[in-house]
Amino acid sequence: MNTRQQNKITYSWYGKPMSSDRKLRTSQYKGILITSERSRTETCIQLGNFVLVEGENADQPFVAQLLGLYEDGAQQKHAVVQWFSHITEIPQNKRKLLKREISPQEVFFDQVPGYDTDIAVETIIKSIMVIPLRLGEELPVMLNKEQTFYVKQSWDGKCFKALSPDTFSKLKEARKKEGGIPNSSNSRIPSDIISPLKKETENVVRSTTKPKNVELEIESKHSASKSSLAKERHSQRVANDVKTPTARKKLQLNSPIRSPKGRLLGSEVLELLDDLCDAVAPLEPSATKRRVKFTGILGSPPKIPCANDKSKSVLDTAEDWQRFKDTIQLSPHSKVSDSSEKAKNLNMKDDTISLIGYQKRCSQSPVLSPCSRRICVQKTNTRIAEQVSILNALELNQEEDFLSSSDSSYSSNSEEEKDDVLCTPEKKTKSSRILSTPKSSRKSSVHTPAKTPKKTPLPGTPKTPRNATPEIPRRSHAAQKPASILEEARLRLHVSAIPESLPCREEEFQDIYNFVESKLIDGTGGCMYISGVPGTGKTATVHEVISCLQQAAENDDLPSFQFVEINGMKLTDPHQAYVQILELLTGQKVTATHAAVLLAKLFNTPGPKRKTTVLVVDELDLLWTRKQNVMYNLFDWPTQKHSKLIILAIANTMDLPERIMMNRVASRLGLTRMSFQPYTYKQLQQIISSRLNGMKAFEEDAIQLVSRKVAALSGDARRCLDVCRRATEICEFASQKRTPEIVRMAHITEAIDEMFSSPYINAIRNASLHEQIFLKAILAEFRRAGVEEATVQQVYHQHIALCRIEGMQSPTISEIMAICSRLGACRLLLVESSNKYLHMQVRLNISQDDVMYALKDE
Amino acid sequence: MKASAMSKRKLKESSGVNGECISQVQKILRERFCHHYAPEKLFGMDHQYRHLLELLKRTTVHGESNSALVIGPRGSGKTALLNWVLKELRKMKQVRENLLEVHLNGLLQTNDKVALKEITRQLQLENVIGDKVFGSFAENLAFLLEALRKGDRTSSCPVLFILDEFDLFVHHKNQTLLYNLFDISQSAQTPVTVIGLTCRQDILELLEKRVKSRFSHRQIYLTNSFDFKQYIRIFKEQLSLPAEFPDESFAQRWNNNVQRLPEDKTVQDTLQNLFHYTKDLRSLHLLLMLAVSNVTVHHPLITASDLQEASRQHRMDSRANIVHGLSVLEICLIIAMKHLNDVYEGEPFNFQMVYNEFQKFIQRKAHSMYNFEKPVVMKAFEHLLQLELVKPIERPSVRAQREYLLMNLLLDNNQIMDALQAYPNCPTDVKQWAASSLSWL
Repeated sequence: MNTRQQNKITYSWYGKPMSSDRKLRTSQYKGILITSERSRTETCIQLGNFVLVEGENADQPFVAQLLGLYEDGAQQKHAVVQWFSHITEIPQNKRKLLKREISPQEVFFDQVPGYDTDIAVETIIKSIMVIPLRLGEELPVMLNKEQTFYVKQSWDGKCFKALSPDTFSKLKEARKKEGGIPNSSNSRIPSDIISPLKKETENVVRSTTKPKNVELEIESKHSASKSSLAKERHSQRVANDVKTPTARKKLQLNSPIRSPKGRLLGSEVLELLDDLCDAVAPLEPSATKRRVKFTGILGSPPKIPCANDKSKSVLDTAEDWQRFKDTIQLSPHSKVSDSSEKAKNLNMKDDTISLIGYQKRCSQSPVLSPCSRRICVQKTNTRIAEQVSILNALELNQEEDFLSSSDSSYSSNSEEEKDDVLCTPEKKTKSSRILSTPKSSRKSSVHTPAKTPKKTPLPGTPKTPRNATPEIPRRSHAAQKPASILEEARLRLHVSAIPESLPCREEEFQDIYNFVESKLIDGTGGCMYISGVPGTGKTATVHEVISCLQQAAENDDLPSFQFVEINGMKLTDPHQAYVQILELLTGQKVTATHAAVLLAKLFNTPGPKRKTTVLVVDELDLLWTRKQNVMYNLFDWPTQKHSKLIILAIANTMDLPERIMMNRVASRLGLTRMSFQPYTYKQLQQIISSRLNGMKAFEEDAIQLVSRKVAALSGDARRCLDVCRRATEICEFASQKRTPEIVRMAHITEAIDEMFSSPYINAIRNASLHEQIFLKAILAEFRRAGVEEATVQQVYHQHIALCRIEGMQSPTISEIMAICSRLGACRLLLVESSNKYLHMQVRLNISQDDVMYALKDE
Repeated sequence: MKASAMSKRKLKESSGVNGECISQVQKILRERFCHHYAPEKLFGMDHQYRHLLELLKRTTVHGESNSALVIGPRGSGKTALLNWVLKELRKMKQVRENLLEVHLNGLLQTNDKVALKEITRQLQLENVIGDKVFGSFAENLAFLLEALRKGDRTSSCPVLFILDEFDLFVHHKNQTLLYNLFDISQSAQTPVTVIGLTCRQDILELLEKRVKSRFSHRQIYLTNSFDFKQYIRIFKEQLSLPAEFPDESFAQRWNNNVQRLPEDKTVQDTLQNLFHYTKDLRSLHLLLMLAVSNVTVHHPLITASDLQEASRQHRMDSRANIVHGLSVLEICLIIAMKHLNDVYEGEPFNFQMVYNEFQKFIQRKAHSMYNFEKPVVMKAFEHLLQLELVKPIERPSVRAQREYLLMNLLLDNNQIMDALQAYPNCPTDVKQWAASSLSWL
């Protein structure tokens, strides 16, 4: 950690301010230098260049063109950009508008209104190339590198258009300019300022383009490389430091960090690694020069096998970089997840990582000097051979990943065979296979940013697979359509039937809508607390608001937003809330603690282009923990400057904030409250009528009766609908023989009686004679003692006395005990555990009057 | 008189009945009484039957979600009703292929985690997971909810959840399982019907308010609402042999006998007593089981006396039975305790008090009793303790002396007197002493 923190990236202006605005106190610049202290590399990015910008999700950096650079009064460096959208940023439902396959390298000229084009300079990762193409044009196959993107069409949030000739030429211009920069800058600034990276990448690009496409089956998936880059940035953020994304830099950086952990490797290997590190550093300046020379050679068609091999090795390097990056950035992540990961896992990772570093070295070394390469290869290959055996064990576990990565290993394999020199192909193959393993091991073991949600679950992970698609089997016969008017009514009256609109909640709807809408427009965050007894339409109203807002966002009346919903009752533990929110937001599956960290980072750091998130928390009271940290975090995030988070919290009790929340939580929740009153009978009546929608299934009076009854009891709309449904059944039942009729008062009364009448009276009336006498005996005993509690023995004596009066055979104690426990099981009586036998205390669970009333009629 | 004469005649006739036949009878009847498997027809629950059948039919045919509770005292036929309904449902082809059943029991699935696993297993969703171990509780819940959310009314196979001992699910943490099941039944997801079986009348009060709101409040009450005439009919039906019995002539005779049995006054009294005691059909089964056990080759038909004897056994008081087997000294100690209870109105006593009381009796009156040593009396007392006829008020601690531990007698005076009546060879002065603590004066 310490070593990493020493490395910083500084952003400084390139050149003098071009112009400055006195009033705004801003000064414009034409370029920016990104300096990494540790590697002493500098990158210059000028206006018009294309850059990668750090996104909210580590997997997806944004592509943008730099349009302006300025420093504001507060000495903050800003950049104005033109965004390009990657296919993944375009809503799923719009993607089909394209009607063609989109290469992961294609981006769209972004004309969506509402994105913030003003970003902080610090979020720029690196420069890239964006090449404009005509719509019909094929993607040039050869430029299959991470640095390059293509743009064919523009995207304005609704539809795709071909690039206007104007933008096309502008982009073309910019691209030319960019292509020219390294050369021209060479002349302008001292060579040491030119970023080695830049050159290197260019070299790589050239070398790949020129020595023909034969070698270009090398598989380097764009998305993977892109995301890897961003992830690296992301991980830097996590580790709180910054560094330039050059592969070599990382090598130096990471190997010392890792070496203390890589103890499994054996000390010699470590030594060797360290030696190599040392060797690399001083060689660096000359290395750049040499490489320039190499490119010259590469420029000519490959004739000499040696040169070919070398060019290949350069290629290797480039490819390996990507891989290396892939593997390398795991370090900060594994740090984070250290706590959760098993030590074994860590060691495994470290093994593979350092081996990669190793491997990389040997492929890179020829770039430095051909002779050093040999030594390296000879040395390392023997080491690798040793390591292979260790890794084989790993490989076994990750067979599946081999399948996915096999094409890359395969390509390098075939490559090897083609220009089979110096290095034995067999060894290489193996090493490249090993190279691919860490990739997979990372994917399986590190929970952080799950890149491809479509990936099939790995075998050997003893968990519920992430992406299993559970499904209830289909029914074999189609569901019957409602045949009669009553069946139709029943269908519409089911709570699950979604009405066209929610009647009687217009005001609440408007309030919530206005609240969310205003926050959306302002791009700020906020909380709202919604309370009300069950069945008053809280959740339904909120859902309707959301769907209306989504509609509005689709029509471009509002900025688009992300909607996430959690329910306290559907969580097994309050802390699972983090996991669910994160999964719904980004699709990642991590542990609760890690999810909390990631979410805090997400909401606390500024992210350009991030949409507002609307979070609905249902059954809020169940997120209560002793320390209340879940609630605290939830309500703290919206108050953060950059969070853009709107929370709608729903619970039953009006005074929940005062009753169970600590002051600091309640204060963050704020005072935006809303309470849903229980429905009045008129409202319930309206609800039923609107659902029936003019169907003549109910008498007017029947509807009124049920509304009044339910409104008097609870005002729960669910109850109301259930009563109506039951009434249709009763009606159907009664009129089976005759013609179908509509639901009348009598049916409603019967349904209400069935649902709300107390079961006790009926239970007592249907009890056996001795059970009834026992209850009488209890009453008698209570009256005698004046206490509402008695032992079985006392009741028994009363019972016997009553039996004598009635002239019945008196039961034995065993029978009395059985009677007592039977009544206790029905909860007519409350009884203690039965080990006290005769001295067991008995109480009535219902009022004495009820018992007397029930027994009197007999 | 007539009945007994008739049965005697029958006895003569049937002395030639083969043992095969008798064992067949016993097999059939015992199966009927023990397995409680649904008879051809249920008594007095037509209404409930139709309600439940319609409910489940609608679920399977129309894909309508529902929830209902079947409530009734133990032995009132809740499970029998449900099984009967399911049996009827399965006869319909359309239903049979369209219904997934999940059976849970509150006594087996003691928490939601176990219940979720069981649901996943019964829905055969673990095939999706493959042969892997189940994940954490949270993952399981999310997994199951996801699975159920995906379905919709018209295309998904309806799922029937049957929660036996429903009241025990109420005690699970937060009632998460119930909330989610009821919530699904109230929303447009996979059609589910949740049927709970419980004997608690206060079940609705146990549901949390939002769980309660999501429950449809359909309650199907089972009460043993039949009267004595129906009870007699049930009795006959339970004891009758089926038509497909191999030996037809014997079955005929047996059934005729069963039909005539309730005409006997003693049989009626016996049944009446049982009916007054409980309407639970299981106790009737128990009684009949005892009676049927008396049937042998030489005694091939059930008689009134068989039933009477069975009833006597059935009604036997368990504690009084224990007292029969005690020694005279132990009986004396119990009598001493009875007197102490009378004097001190049920206040607890200790061994020393009992011993003193016993000494008084020995010194004043007893001629037939040997004056036992204190340790011997103590031993007898401890035997009573082991039989749990006497129970210490608090747990015996190491420090307290055994003689002074406070005890309660777990017998009622009536029980003691009844037991003494039946006790063989009880010395008369002990009997007198039992009748009155003052008799020695």
